[in-house]
Amino acid sequence: MRKNFQFRSLIGGSLLCIAANCVWAEETLTVVSFGGSYAKACVDGYHKAFTEETGIKIKLEDYNGGLAQIRAQVDAGSVHWDVVDTESSPLLTGCDEGLFEYVGDLDLPPAPDGTPASEDFFDGQIQDCGIGTLVFATVIAYNPENIDGEMPTTLQDFFDLEKFPGRRGMRRSPASNLEFALMGDGVPPDQVFELLSTEEGMQRAFRKLDSIKEHVIWWETGAQPPQMLADGEVIMTTAWNGRIFNAQVIEEQPFKIIWDGHLRDVGALTIVAGAPNLENAKKFLKFATSTRAMVGVANHISYAPLRHSGLPLVGKHAVTGEDMQPHMPTYPENSKNFLWNDVEWWSEREDELTERFNAWLSR
Amino acid sequence: MASTRSQNQEPSRLVPIGLALPLVAFVLVTFVIPLGTMVVQSAYDPQVAQALPKTLDLLRDWNDSALPSSDVFETIASELISSREDRSIGKVATRVNRIKSGSRSVFAKTARRLERVEDTDLKTAMIEIDDRWEDIELWRAIRSAGQKFTARHYLRSVDLEPAQDGGIQQVSEDQRIYNTLYFRTVYVSLAVTVLCFLIGYPIAYAIASVSDSWAKILLVIVLVPFWTSLLVRTTSWLVLLQNQGVVNDVLVWIGLVSDDSRLALVHNMTGTLIAMTHVLLPFMILPLYAVMRSIPPDYMRAAASLGANPIEGFVKVYFPQSLPGVSAGCLLVFILSLGYYITPALVGGTKGQLISNMIAYHIQTSLNWGLAAAISVILLIGVFVCYFIFDRWVGIDKLKLG
Repeated sequence: MRKNFQFRSLIGGSLLCIAANCVWAEETLTVVSFGGSYAKACVDGYHKAFTEETGIKIKLEDYNGGLAQIRAQVDAGSVHWDVVDTESSPLLTGCDEGLFEYVGDLDLPPAPDGTPASEDFFDGQIQDCGIGTLVFATVIAYNPENIDGEMPTTLQDFFDLEKFPGRRGMRRSPASNLEFALMGDGVPPDQVFELLSTEEGMQRAFRKLDSIKEHVIWWETGAQPPQMLADGEVIMTTAWNGRIFNAQVIEEQPFKIIWDGHLRDVGALTIVAGAPNLENAKKFLKFATSTRAMVGVANHISYAPLRHSGLPLVGKHAVTGEDMQPHMPTYPENSKNFLWNDVEWWSEREDELTERFNAWLSR
Repeated sequence: MASTRSQNQEPSRLVPIGLALPLVAFVLVTFVIPLGTMVVQSAYDPQVAQALPKTLDLLRDWNDSALPSSDVFETIASELISSREDRSIGKVATRVNRIKSGSRSVFAKTARRLERVEDTDLKTAMIEIDDRWEDIELWRAIRSAGQKFTARHYLRSVDLEPAQDGGIQQVSEDQRIYNTLYFRTVYVSLAVTVLCFLIGYPIAYAIASVSDSWAKILLVIVLVPFWTSLLVRTTSWLVLLQNQGVVNDVLVWIGLVSDDSRLALVHNMTGTLIAMTHVLLPFMILPLYAVMRSIPPDYMRAAASLGANPIEGFVKVYFPQSLPGVSAGCLLVFILSLGYYITPALVGGTKGQLISNMIAYHIQTSLNWGLAAAISVILLIGVFVCYFIFDRWVGIDKLKLG
């Protein structure tokens, strides 16, 4: 009888523990990120330092972006993710749907020279539901081994089938392609979204895409472009600059990036609404958005800090010793002609344009 | 104590039912409940109705040809401000935006600025903040998004939308996508089923006819790819079929094609069919093999002794007996291909987009679960229709999986 009682209390105790999110969960934090070389850069760049300084253990999980898992957790009321690494567009969608905690009033650390965070961050990157941490670029990349003679140097060359015959890789989504199409058609970056807001501009973009449609291989995951370049499936492709950097520096591929006409976007950190370790998550967000942490990431992968104070501090790659500055999207040499992604613009039209883009694809 | 023991000793029907309970509970939790929630979501969305109840009440009496009166503006102004405070305004904005694209930002912007407006004429003030409030379409969209129960998602999932006159119309031509994708999905599934049958039938026949030890080896050859991750198999097809891939290299090497006219085997329909056929082949071979093994070889000998040549014997005696396996295999492969999307997405190129890719988009990216649910329900109905046609023609009781 006594034994039985002990057994029952043990089970009861564990159940209670699960229900009340027990003691031993207190000093941990679940951080969800994109995996691969980027997650590794974050771990080496600042996760380890965070655990050392605060004693909070980080449980790292991978996901492929998107909001489905977060919404499922929030809707079901059983949230087990705390901090999520996300892109600017899902950040906005998820914020609208109430999937993220409000973090707009977090007391973020100042720059090393004392400049307050509000002035140190790039404009608009301390958002209601997330704090921007890095700048990444969608660029044109090519493999010189697949091209004879003159090499492409501009975005126009990407659309020039006569000068550079061969297949191209593009992401299977309207985002980024419509902007590239207009810039490739000679529209200056600052007029792209204005023009895309009109039906004529939209048609012009689709016409430009039409001109190369038969020669495009559409990619869906970030790992595909470097693979297609290495295999000789395509001669040029749109790609995320960090993936190409990884291929260039870690895998020693001869790939080259055309920075002309690249698209800039930000990655951000956010806290899932109802996160089980909210206080730790806030501590983590403050730490991860410090200049030091951003520079730590940038010294492992070519994503630039989103604070003005971070840019000059980026140095050599932590493993290979490669100078990281020329790989940054924000490096002056790379910043001659580029376009910032307009998340607000996309959030209003993405559904409509995805349907239109898919209809266009299947014609 | 005594009563417990006697109960245990009595054989009871409760035991088998009890043993099945975990399965029932499992199916209920992992299948019926999520499916039910999805079906509900496809037609029920109360978010806007909860956030703007008074405005929607007023809009009920609005004749939608002119701008609503100042009362409506005043009501929506106060409701927008309060929904900004409880953070439900984003939900309103995304839902109205789905009906009228390009109106998402008007809500947050207006609510933010309204808090500072002291003007009594809110109508003018709101139009001054954003002239989209002058657009009757926006008001129609708000009214439409305010319906708790809606057929909108179902209409949309077959490329239709409610028309202004209360009827139903097709969406504009460059937005029509879902019907194309259903047809393509069915077409790809049918083609894959036929290919699987043509390839799988001889293989199953071979496995069923050889000695047991050979059959084991052959079965393992069929099963090993089956045990390999889907992603790995699909990616290996990419390696084999691509322009600089193994197949093309071999063809160039033996001189069948020249180096600059390599065959396009992947990123098109050919690639989709090859990879999907390979991935789904075991689902055809296994039921076929199970049925064929049970066909006694004596029957073919009897047919021969009665004067049938081998072809006649096969067509009239063997094939009809293998039909339960054929139908089981075809049904399995067809229904599985209807829901496939990773393989076509990776090797399919422009034409590789199937209906499941749009479901994935609306679940993952746009968070429009209502529309995703509506498309899924239509797909599910399609599967049931196939099942009933099958039942009518073949009879589900004749289905044999082994």
